[in-house]
Amino acid sequence: MNTILLIVLIVIAVVLIWLIAAYNRFVVLKNRISNAWAQIDVQLKRRYDLIPNLIETVKGYAKHEKKVFTEVTAARTALMSATTLPEKAKANNQLSSTLKSLFAVAEDYPKLQANQNFMMLQEELSGTESKIAYARQAYNDSVLMYNNSTEVFPGSIIAGMFGFGQKDFFKTDEAEKEAVKVKFE
Amino acid sequence: MNAFDESNVNKFKSYFLIFCFSLIIIALGYVFGRIYGGGNPSIIITFMIIAFIISVIMALISYYMGDKAALSISKAYPANRRDHAHYINSVEGLAIAAQIPTPKIYVLPDEAINAFATGRNPENASIAVTQGALKKLNRAELEGVIAHEMGHVKNYDMRLMTITVILVGLIALLSDFFIRGMIFGGGGDRDRNSNPVFLIIGIVLAILAPIIAQLIQLAISRKREFAADATGAILGRNPEALANALKKIKKDGIETKNATKATAHLYFSSPLRAGFLNNMFSTHPPIEERIRRLEAM
Repeated sequence: MNTILLIVLIVIAVVLIWLIAAYNRFVVLKNRISNAWAQIDVQLKRRYDLIPNLIETVKGYAKHEKKVFTEVTAARTALMSATTLPEKAKANNQLSSTLKSLFAVAEDYPKLQANQNFMMLQEELSGTESKIAYARQAYNDSVLMYNNSTEVFPGSIIAGMFGFGQKDFFKTDEAEKEAVKVKFE
Repeated sequence: MNAFDESNVNKFKSYFLIFCFSLIIIALGYVFGRIYGGGNPSIIITFMIIAFIISVIMALISYYMGDKAALSISKAYPANRRDHAHYINSVEGLAIAAQIPTPKIYVLPDEAINAFATGRNPENASIAVTQGALKKLNRAELEGVIAHEMGHVKNYDMRLMTITVILVGLIALLSDFFIRGMIFGGGGDRDRNSNPVFLIIGIVLAILAPIIAQLIQLAISRKREFAADATGAILGRNPEALANALKKIKKDGIETKNATKATAHLYFSSPLRAGFLNNMFSTHPPIEERIRRLEAM
């Protein structure tokens, strides 16, 4: 009698421990997604702050290129007023492509190219651009991991019970850097 | 199966190697205990505890001070935003990709192409790249090298190597105790109770065990290099650039200064010139094999 009771208690304990561990795993994965998202926001803000400086510097050498300045400024404002994820992704792509045309225009001005301040800003902007790409990659990796664990049995039961739903990926127009297939020994 | 799972498999294999170490230590302790203690378990245990305490103290010192020692031995100086903007931006970007805090960033005054990572965990990590690498590698290749180092940091390789060093040190100490005991003579127990077979096994073990332990340590180190290449490829999404960086190092062929046997295992590619029996006694896998695997990804 006592042994049966003991076995039942052990089984209940094991199930409970598994439940807690599985629940905590979802919380950790979810937090990783929000951290990655915060990182994207930090880098987007950084780029937002760099742009006025860049426009001022370029204006000093290429006053007449008004069209490209208005485009960049408009894209910058659009990005900051975007709130949802698809909106942000779209505005971000827009800003990236207008910046590309700004730098293409700048190519025609050798004096500008030699300007110390411009060179520094260019490095900072391309650095920020690649950080945004890395942050997006980290975000999408986290979402993939999370979504997979909400779908795979038996974790899917916990996910359903506590309302851990699927999350959206941060999509982009640019050719996505291909996920590498790695073969470990 | 995705790359993250495969990296876990690789970690498991590394821990399996540590398990092998433990077996060697238990065997040593048992045989030596038989010889000196005539099978008395308390003497066996005392033996192992003393050796364990000594090697743990040594390892703790290297665990907490090792990064500073490695940086100062290699004469590393902190990178600054004015001269190394691209380098700093790459490290920051890859830290974001790896979802770890940005490591401290250093430059090594050396014309060879190389780099290393150190620090006991991602919160206390440092990354150092040689001036030669900053000069001779293009942006993508430099990013590949940094991605490899970020892989070491993310995979907690310093922690694993520290555990390995504890175990190798423990084996060396036990063997040393034994040989000294043989030379200076043990207690009277030995002559009465010990079996000559154990004596012979003991001598052979005392000589072989430290060598085997050293070989296992090197095997783990090489495994971690492959793992860091793979993690670097996942983080940077550009295994080709990493392979190109290795090709440049191979062509360049300059030996890294300020690298010693003690710090060799930290580096991106082996800083010491290839010698006889290179493969088995090297901290790094052959460069050609690394290139081959990266190009197959």
